[in-house]
Amino acid sequence: MGHTLIEKLVSAKVDREVSAGEVVWLPLDVITARDFGGASVVKNFREAYGADGDVVDARRIFFTFDCNAPANTVGYATNQMICRQFAEEQEIRVFDVDAGIGSHILIEQGLARPGATAIGTDSHYNILGAVGALGMGMGDVDVAFAFRNGEVWFEVPPTVRVNVEGRLKWPATAKDLTLAIVGHFGSSGLLGQAVEFYGEVIDSLGIAGRITLASMATEMSAVIALIPPAESVLDFVEGRSGTRPEPVLADADANYQNEITLHLGEIEPMIAVPYSPADVKPVRELAAEKVRIHTGFVGSCTNGRFGDFAVVAEMLAGARVADGVTLKMVPATKEVYGELMKSGVLAKLFDAGALISNQGCGGCASGQIGMTGEGEVQVSTANRNFKGKQGAGRTYLASPATVAASVKAGYITAPEVD
Amino acid sequence: MAEKTIIRGIAFVLADAEGTLINDIDTDMIFHNRWLHITAVSEMGKYALGNLVGYEDFPKRVAELNLAGLDGFFLVAGANFGAGSSRQQAVDCLSALGCCGILATSVAPIYLRNAINAALPIAQIPRLAGKVEQGDVLALDFSAGVITNERTGEALTPNPPISSVQMEIYKAGGLLRLLRMEPA
Repeated sequence: MGHTLIEKLVSAKVDREVSAGEVVWLPLDVITARDFGGASVVKNFREAYGADGDVVDARRIFFTFDCNAPANTVGYATNQMICRQFAEEQEIRVFDVDAGIGSHILIEQGLARPGATAIGTDSHYNILGAVGALGMGMGDVDVAFAFRNGEVWFEVPPTVRVNVEGRLKWPATAKDLTLAIVGHFGSSGLLGQAVEFYGEVIDSLGIAGRITLASMATEMSAVIALIPPAESVLDFVEGRSGTRPEPVLADADANYQNEITLHLGEIEPMIAVPYSPADVKPVRELAAEKVRIHTGFVGSCTNGRFGDFAVVAEMLAGARVADGVTLKMVPATKEVYGELMKSGVLAKLFDAGALISNQGCGGCASGQIGMTGEGEVQVSTANRNFKGKQGAGRTYLASPATVAASVKAGYITAPEVD
Repeated sequence: MAEKTIIRGIAFVLADAEGTLINDIDTDMIFHNRWLHITAVSEMGKYALGNLVGYEDFPKRVAELNLAGLDGFFLVAGANFGAGSSRQQAVDCLSALGCCGILATSVAPIYLRNAINAALPIAQIPRLAGKVEQGDVLALDFSAGVITNERTGEALTPNPPISSVQMEIYKAGGLLRLLRMEPA
């Protein structure tokens, strides 16, 4: 019997053939901590390994300040300083508060490569599955241990192979595909499992679309969603890192725990209603209600790429955000911000009335671009709408195109087909 | 080193108004993101479950439990417990209040790791519904991998079973005490 993608990826790392259920010490190519969790990582590290203990290999370790960037509380500012001081002592590179979302930086820098292993204090690190890397969010104990030892214990999870059949055409986008999948599996439908996605519609996704899909593995409680890298992904990684990666792929006769084919047909704009990312329905089902909104949000590790902003600019061309509605936008990284500025998209968004913040996790993290108040309704491109997470209001999750159509109308509505 | 392999505690059941175990209790309900800057475990307890509707006064209710002769309290919950963020605080805030273990129908993967690494006993028991009532005394026999409800005498079996890694980390008193390897 052959092996699944995750089994092959882990086997290559530990230099022996492993199968689901086995526990290994997994060597890590990249180990990171954010401003969130980072100070606790340093504290754990010092308590366990002493004041003069050193990290395993500073070249594999990074701090990424993205959660509260720049810090809007003294507590966070101090935590960032604790990390900076530790980084200086240990000669660890810091992607500081101006850099953007850590997982996206790993992709942009070519550090997240097909077959690579990476952990960070970010539950959406499985985003790295977008390029066929094993990324995992972990707590500050695991990360402190990895700073010292360069590895973590890991029980190889069973894999579900998901074949997606469906057509994706405007106004449906990668986010709608993703929400349809999350809606299908539910909040714990893939609990503790790895997922591999296959199908023409998956192959057609670019890097940004793959990021969107892989990012919401967490909302199905999967360990990781691995998307086998297409040639375009290998080209991208080669362009970023200078070397062409050898993709790790599953064997044709891999031993899957389960194989599922999703028949999604003509995918339409989808929306997750409060308070669960898995409570998904077609946007048209809300049309009659005309749910009035106060806020639109575009950004997050799920939809913070250039294309996510460009589509909003295009849809708002010659129009404006409706009276009484605020459109908040947070680019994922400095690179995205730069592209927006140089391409003129930023000016178009500004003219349409958008409020554009600095790059980072704003919108999901506590308060960087504001919280929602009691009675406030927000339609967001982020990945979570748990009660109370982004404030006292009600958050709906949708694609950038649906957010654009909704902020223009002042109520939740799907983009026009045209 | 934690020598003790039998842990006895009183059940604190997280159930809704109908008495059904609550599913999908996420990390923002357990330890809200506005407290994430806190790194001292002793400071975390007072925010535990502060964003879970009906349990906002959880620390107060825990303080009223009679834990005499027991190791603490077992938190009992439904499916997908601890979904969401990677925050270790969502584990530590419970330990800070005297939690001696977590029993849930199922547990989200990052949370499961975080609890194991912190040497907080955690078990996934698919048939947990209806088996435990508020105030029951439960005994977790770590080496046998079984939990007994002392009121009913019924055994609650984890599935997947409690792993040898979990056992090893627990005995060491946490992941950071497990190995002190020198950097390569």
